[in-house]
Amino acid sequence: MSEQTKSRPEFRNLNLFRDVARYRLPPAGWASILHRASGAFLCLLLPFAIWLFDKSLTSESSFAAFSAALDNGFVRFVAWLLLVAYLLHLFGGLRHLVLDVTHRMTKPFGRNTALAVFIATAVLAVVFGIMMM
Amino acid sequence: MAMTYGPKRLAVGAHYGWRDFLVQRMSGVYLGLYTVVLLLDVLLTSGPMDHAKWVGIFTPQWMKFLTFVAILAVIWHAWVGMLSIWYDYAKPTGLRLLIHTLTAVWLLGCAGWAVQVLWQL
Repeated sequence: MSEQTKSRPEFRNLNLFRDVARYRLPPAGWASILHRASGAFLCLLLPFAIWLFDKSLTSESSFAAFSAALDNGFVRFVAWLLLVAYLLHLFGGLRHLVLDVTHRMTKPFGRNTALAVFIATAVLAVVFGIMMM
Repeated sequence: MAMTYGPKRLAVGAHYGWRDFLVQRMSGVYLGLYTVVLLLDVLLTSGPMDHAKWVGIFTPQWMKFLTFVAILAVIWHAWVGMLSIWYDYAKPTGLRLLIHTLTAVWLLGCAGWAVQVLWQL
């Protein structure tokens, strides 16, 4: 081995706090982990979503309370986050289905479908964000 | 001797993962379609959405039918998904058993609540 060999950082046991911030993920990797993270987020906030559903349906007065709650900027922001997580998860899921059905495992296909997921999500996130302002 | 290895292995019996894999895919497809149905329902109601119109979307029996299935689909879909997450990150078996149980409690509670919300209409 020549002494001129550049020393590259070695990643052995992945340390959550040290390495995760430095690891370079390809777009397909981002699509995968964001699909998982958005699913976990949706599952975690499921009671909040059901609470919104409950308040909106139960009665006129609770609907009014529901609308009032959504007037609060923070609540609206969390609802928007839920929506974005749902869109990410939905489009990521469609990507999974396309990969399942077509069996195309080529790197460009994985990359392009991942980018398509991000673009679709971003566009709709902005659209809904503006609608919800 | 029958060829039961490699691609021809028998994927029936306990814990080959096929059922969860298919349930996750099928419930995902169903939920996507349900979203489209709900979206169309909302977009096709004339005028601004108020309480009466919103209730009117979920009152018909066919919509309750579809929504009930959607609730169950979410629960099972989330269950398989969360199981994969815990399998990857919670290695000690005892800890994972506890977390699995808590996840089941979480999801079943949500299911019951959502069904109760739907059926008060």
